[in-house]
Amino acid sequence: MSTVDPAEISIDDVPTGLAAPKAGPSALRAADAAHKRLSRPWASLAAVILAVVWTLPTFGLLISSFRPEQDINDTGWWTVLSNPTFTLDNYREVLGSESTSSLAPFIVNSIVITIPAVVIPILIASLAAYAFAWMRFRGRNLLFVGVFALQVVPIQVTLIPLLSLYVKAGIAGSFWSVWISHTMFALPLAVFLLHNFMREIPSELIEAARVDGAGHVTIFFRLMLPILKPALAAFGIYQFLWVWNDLLVALTFAGSSNEVAPMTVALFNLTGQRGNAWYLLTAGAFVSIIVPLVVFLSLQRYFVRGLLAGSVKG
Amino acid sequence: MDNFADKLGLMLASLVLFAAVIGAVLLVVSLVERRGGKRVAWYFVGPTVLLLLVGLIYPALSTIWSSFKDATGSTFVGLDNYTQIFTSSDDLIVLRNTVLWVVLTPIVATLVGLVYAIIVDGARGEAVAKALIFLPMAISFVGASIIWKFMYEYRSYDPSVQNNPAQIGLINQIIVWLGGTPQQFLINSPWNNLFLIVVMIWIQAGFAMTILSAAIKAIPSDMVEAARLDGVSTWGMFRFITVPAIRPTLVVVLTTIAIGCLKVFDIVRTMTGGNYNTSVVANEFFDQSFSAGNEGLGAALAVLLFVLVIPIVVYNVRTLRKAEQR
Repeated sequence: MSTVDPAEISIDDVPTGLAAPKAGPSALRAADAAHKRLSRPWASLAAVILAVVWTLPTFGLLISSFRPEQDINDTGWWTVLSNPTFTLDNYREVLGSESTSSLAPFIVNSIVITIPAVVIPILIASLAAYAFAWMRFRGRNLLFVGVFALQVVPIQVTLIPLLSLYVKAGIAGSFWSVWISHTMFALPLAVFLLHNFMREIPSELIEAARVDGAGHVTIFFRLMLPILKPALAAFGIYQFLWVWNDLLVALTFAGSSNEVAPMTVALFNLTGQRGNAWYLLTAGAFVSIIVPLVVFLSLQRYFVRGLLAGSVKG
Repeated sequence: MDNFADKLGLMLASLVLFAAVIGAVLLVVSLVERRGGKRVAWYFVGPTVLLLLVGLIYPALSTIWSSFKDATGSTFVGLDNYTQIFTSSDDLIVLRNTVLWVVLTPIVATLVGLVYAIIVDGARGEAVAKALIFLPMAISFVGASIIWKFMYEYRSYDPSVQNNPAQIGLINQIIVWLGGTPQQFLINSPWNNLFLIVVMIWIQAGFAMTILSAAIKAIPSDMVEAARLDGVSTWGMFRFITVPAIRPTLVVVLTTIAIGCLKVFDIVRTMTGGNYNTSVVANEFFDQSFSAGNEGLGAALAVLLFVLVIPIVVYNVRTLRKAEQR
């Protein structure tokens, strides 16, 4: 095999032990058997009940977020069937720039935090992963095992010393501290996963490029990054969700400043200070949820793969 | 909206700065390479190694060191902080709660995920059915906490009175419909712990289902076929074919969720703040470190998390290794 079709290399090929041998024609037969199973009414019923139970909480939140404040406080959201009154006021309050309880600045903060916190670790990690996969140097294996092992370090262990480092460096409470923290915390898993992907690329390909006189930098940009697009996307989405949904890192490094704090911190504060303001909480929660949901629905394939790949994160 | 532009500007600046630094490093690499330089690899791994030294290794060592010191980090107190964790009644409750989380959540979430994966496997509408269970996975813990706080919402209720206010939390309303008395789910200890755990189960079941479903689809068909020809019952299929075949994956799912539960913070913090006897180690760490000002105890709690994670990860990795060798 002299060339590789990028489409052929996917996260399915990662030797995580979770990756399945291709199901092939047997999948059809298995599906048939399962269909028979499902045709039993109790199995279908169980599936439907589970699906409903799992969906109702979010559904209730969504419905409530469109109900007038008074209605939310006085009646359950299920009463909309007999008394359908809807309004966009809650969202105006939450998204509007003039209202005091506006979450709009925090949405901006979330975006400003998330994009660099996804892009930067991926690039740094893919450089290291390339070296671990395709370059020979002293101490390579030891170093790689070390990076891999660092996955077990819980973030909690690092917070206080990092905070004092940031204070000394004068970047405490700024976007920089949050970006740097997320980058550092992402590296062990990112290096490990991207290394696994890179090892899957046939060595003939790299050797051919070397013979043609390409340096490592050229190989990295011209060969590796294009081939690895699916893997980078998978890890990128995993990291995106991690950062967008994070509370701990944000609370520690950005919690004191409304100029930097993301949505999760704003919602957390809102729950603490105005725990009964359901008209704000429901709409606010839904605004924060909608971004990852859209990502999930539009990039489901990568999303699931990223999850499968990231499942070993300590 | 000037502020908005400023922030985006800062973000772009950071990205440009980052690109410039990496670009400079790679430029140097190209030059070194052209001269036949030897240590090219170090430029590739350098940034990662540096960041990990500063961001993980130094802080971890520093925290371990602090865990042997007193509240202000000035005097050395030996194992006092650890003794306190395992003897003070408050901290024992924290430990008990953490054990509840780590034991209950993985088992229930994995069970639900496994059963659901088997039921919908190959069924019509499988993708949609899976997406419904999987959706909570995309929601932040804070968002999920708000969703469930709303489910648990309680309105004062007096059975001797005619005009009680309507319940707006679905669960209490169902209890009323069934003729029961509404409960303050998040306040009544120790049961409130279980109601917090439900939130984590709700989130993690989708994760378990997705990964187990992939494993189930990979079970060799001849195995299933042979068992079927032998007339193995549905339960027998589950017990003797499905479960043994996906055992490594089951272990990975269980341990991964267990690790997540060990470090669970957001849910407890958002829903109860650790009050009403619901605190867990990760929440107690945050309280001691950032609110109570007891740096030593906070550090010891963080180290405890670290120590508890290690055996689970090691077990996980060994299972993966074994599975790979097959």
